[in-house]
Amino acid sequence: MKLDEFFVTGDPLILGSQIAIGLTMVGLVVLITYLKKWKWLWNEWFTTVDHKKIGIMYIIAGVLMFFRGGVDGLMMKAQTSRPNMEFLDAQHYDEVFTTHGVVMILFMAMPLLIGIINVVMPLQIGARDVAFPKLNALSFWTFFVGAMLFNISFVIGGSPDAGWTSYFPLAGSEFSPDVGNNYYAIALQIAGVGTLASGINFIVTILKMRAPGMKLMKMPMFSWTTLVTSVLIVAAFPIFTVALALMTLDRIFGAHFFTVAGGGDPMLWLNLFWLWGHPEVYIVVLPAFGMFSEVIATFSRKNLFGYTAMVVSIVAIAFLSMLVWVHHFYTMGNSAAVNSVFSITTMMIAIPTGVKIFNWLFTMRKGRIKFTNAMLWALAFIPNFTIGGVTGVMLAMAAADYQYHNTLFLVAHFHYTLIPGVVFAVFAGLYYWWPKMFGFKLNEKIGKWHFWLFVIGFNLTFMPMFFVGLDGMSRRMYTYSESTGWGPLLGISAVGSLVLAAGFAALVYNIYWSFRYASRDIGGDPWDARTLEWATASPVQEYNFAITPQVTDHDEFWLMKKQGRNTIKKEDVKDIHMPSNSAIPIILSVAMGIVGFFLVFEWVTLAAIFSVLIIGGLIANSFDYDDGYHIPAKKVWETEQKWRGDL
Amino acid sequence: MKKHFPMNHVIGFLLSIALTLFALFIAFETDFTTNVKLWIIGAFAIFQALVQLIMFMHMTEGKAKVANIINISYSVFLAVVIVAGSIWILTTGHAAH
Amino acid sequence: MASQTSTPLEYSTKQNEMNILGFWIFLGAEIVLFSTLFATYFVLEQSYAGGPTQSDLFILKDVLIETFLLLTSSFTMGLAIHQMRGNNKNAMLFWTVATLLLGLGFLYYEINEFNHYIHEGLTLQTSAFGSAFLTLLGTHGVHVALGIGWVIALIIQVVRRGITAVTARKFFIVSLYWHFLDVVWIFIFTFVYLKGLM
Repeated sequence: MKLDEFFVTGDPLILGSQIAIGLTMVGLVVLITYLKKWKWLWNEWFTTVDHKKIGIMYIIAGVLMFFRGGVDGLMMKAQTSRPNMEFLDAQHYDEVFTTHGVVMILFMAMPLLIGIINVVMPLQIGARDVAFPKLNALSFWTFFVGAMLFNISFVIGGSPDAGWTSYFPLAGSEFSPDVGNNYYAIALQIAGVGTLASGINFIVTILKMRAPGMKLMKMPMFSWTTLVTSVLIVAAFPIFTVALALMTLDRIFGAHFFTVAGGGDPMLWLNLFWLWGHPEVYIVVLPAFGMFSEVIATFSRKNLFGYTAMVVSIVAIAFLSMLVWVHHFYTMGNSAAVNSVFSITTMMIAIPTGVKIFNWLFTMRKGRIKFTNAMLWALAFIPNFTIGGVTGVMLAMAAADYQYHNTLFLVAHFHYTLIPGVVFAVFAGLYYWWPKMFGFKLNEKIGKWHFWLFVIGFNLTFMPMFFVGLDGMSRRMYTYSESTGWGPLLGISAVGSLVLAAGFAALVYNIYWSFRYASRDIGGDPWDARTLEWATASPVQEYNFAITPQVTDHDEFWLMKKQGRNTIKKEDVKDIHMPSNSAIPIILSVAMGIVGFFLVFEWVTLAAIFSVLIIGGLIANSFDYDDGYHIPAKKVWETEQKWRGDL
Repeated sequence: MKKHFPMNHVIGFLLSIALTLFALFIAFETDFTTNVKLWIIGAFAIFQALVQLIMFMHMTEGKAKVANIINISYSVFLAVVIVAGSIWILTTGHAAH
Repeated sequence: MASQTSTPLEYSTKQNEMNILGFWIFLGAEIVLFSTLFATYFVLEQSYAGGPTQSDLFILKDVLIETFLLLTSSFTMGLAIHQMRGNNKNAMLFWTVATLLLGLGFLYYEINEFNHYIHEGLTLQTSAFGSAFLTLLGTHGVHVALGIGWVIALIIQVVRRGITAVTARKFFIVSLYWHFLDVVWIFIFTFVYLKGLM
């Protein structure tokens, strides 16, 4: 392969990105070397097994990917802002909508949620860490390596261009012979390994490491949603693993799972993809529901209304979500029986979701609501998400779906579920838990700019898409003529996307401003909150809890404060066992990335040779008997004195 | 010495062999229709899997036995959904015409 | 079991309990993984694209040898755990090595089987049936090969360290994995081989 085939050439936008990426990388290396921070980075972050630091790394990566996916989105909006626009050509537009979808779902939504789960969930259940700290680090690094592998596609080799769903036969090697779709198959495979491991890790953590007295039905709602989401991850991700492996075999090794030529069935890909893909939607939305539950309860200054109904509806949503996947391809020509059954199961999901909406509303009823930024996001979520939910019921009707299918109406629908359902939740969660992670609050005033720009921009961007969709515009059209009459609405949509971007910029500015100027003197519990994570310092001390809390009821921390139990005695403090840092996760993940890169370019021999690295890593891990270390009680006591002040 | 004799394992092993041989017999030496045969040997397979899970893998011991049973039952439910669902969806409707 | 009045060593610490539970959940994921491969096989099992079919390919005798090798290895693995719980290191190692040899025998026959199919003109590229069948079988085979490597690594650790809470836990987990591969094989045997030959 020649060098000019290896690097993508001939597009000024991409050339600009290549130069920018090159300069940034050189700049970073120089900066880190100049500041002599390599050792610090390696010891404190790259090899860490601390759930809080891993969570923070997830969140940083997620925000970066949000930027990347957002730029893709802006490019699409620019291209369709006017009829016959010539900003992107068809090929480039295809690549951009593909990477936008993949990045936003798998490399933005997933890491941001898993990141917040990582930081918060162990604290919320009063645990020292997750069940398998080293595995947790492996989860992060496989995700990160997968994300990086996917992201270099647009400068090296070329981006995938068959949509985030990568339907066959288009995604097969006959119609997409370039390496782009190999990136899709292999980068997502590597990231998927980490996600599955996270799922198992969180389930065991929640089942086995809750503080004494915390029965499952006394567990905070965010931890409940984490548990159910993790179950869904374990249920769904292996399907995706297989689907991607079969895609790889088809594309690289000439198998015929999905290619018609050898008797394969392209619809089998759709079937497997959505068997994973639909639960995936709930995997990202359930933790978001949990975050809203915490935020709404805290800032309404009441306990959550209908706790049991809430738990039952989460479980019901998870159960049903495995039984609805066909609604993504009603139009493939299924028998009437198939479409009817899946139509009914799909509509049934609206019932438990509706229960949750009412529970949130009743939690606020007669509450003394504080309109903090976190609460604003939760309030904006309810009406916006309801629009997404109601249009979802429209789409659920198989007969009507023949009209809506693959139009911008659908695109508007899922942006109305995923943006309020996930992005608003992540913002709410970030504003709410930011002090726990970094020891200062984000600025409320800049936060209002962030909020209003984003929410208004969001509605301006996506509301017009319902109407052009109903008017017949199909998704993924890169251009349209003036006679369609879509110009004005899509123009408004494009302006909206700029407002949306301004909202994101306000968040970034807020982070910068607060990092420099915000007060560090906020104590452990700046929001007067209700759950156990607030019983720790801000930022949380490395061992989490000096003494494992005894739980008596829901909203345990609220009770502790009321009953004056929020103190510790020196004689109760014991040595705390900690796991050692490990370099195995990052090395193993990088090895997977190298093998993956060779596979993308179909250099099978090289990939096979370098697989030895992965096997070596696994063996090294098997023989690793490191038993961790202890923080002496004296040191724990000193740390506690420092942040509690009154001991 | 009875305490040290792994009776459970021996019974499990003998059951596995017997079930395998029964399945062979049903498959090749009887006159049932293919469908009926598949149901019978399928039932044998499930029974044999249970033998492995309970007698060899000790699924029902330890503190997490309830979690284990829920976990495996849920996975089996998923397996049925995936297998039966895929066959139903991909071999009826458009494929039948 | 009458002999298990006290807690076995592999459950003796909280971390051990968590590892074992985590592995059970991983096995749940493996069930989903294999059922996806089975679903793929069932959808594509009659798409021969002019290539060989099940009855052209399967040889009952070889399949039975593989089946009994794997069944027996599952039994000997069970015996190894039984001896581990009795704290008999040597007997435990004996049955583990027996398991290993039976597993290698299985792999040997399976590789022969693959050779036979290539000889008969069935490869991954021949037909959708070929792709689905060889991938299902190959995934199981790769699992067995990984299991063999894993068992070897653990034999070394048990020889070096003896039966401790940690090695007992690791060994119990590898035994779960091994028995699980037998469970998967039962279904391959029933729904691929027997169904294909009926």
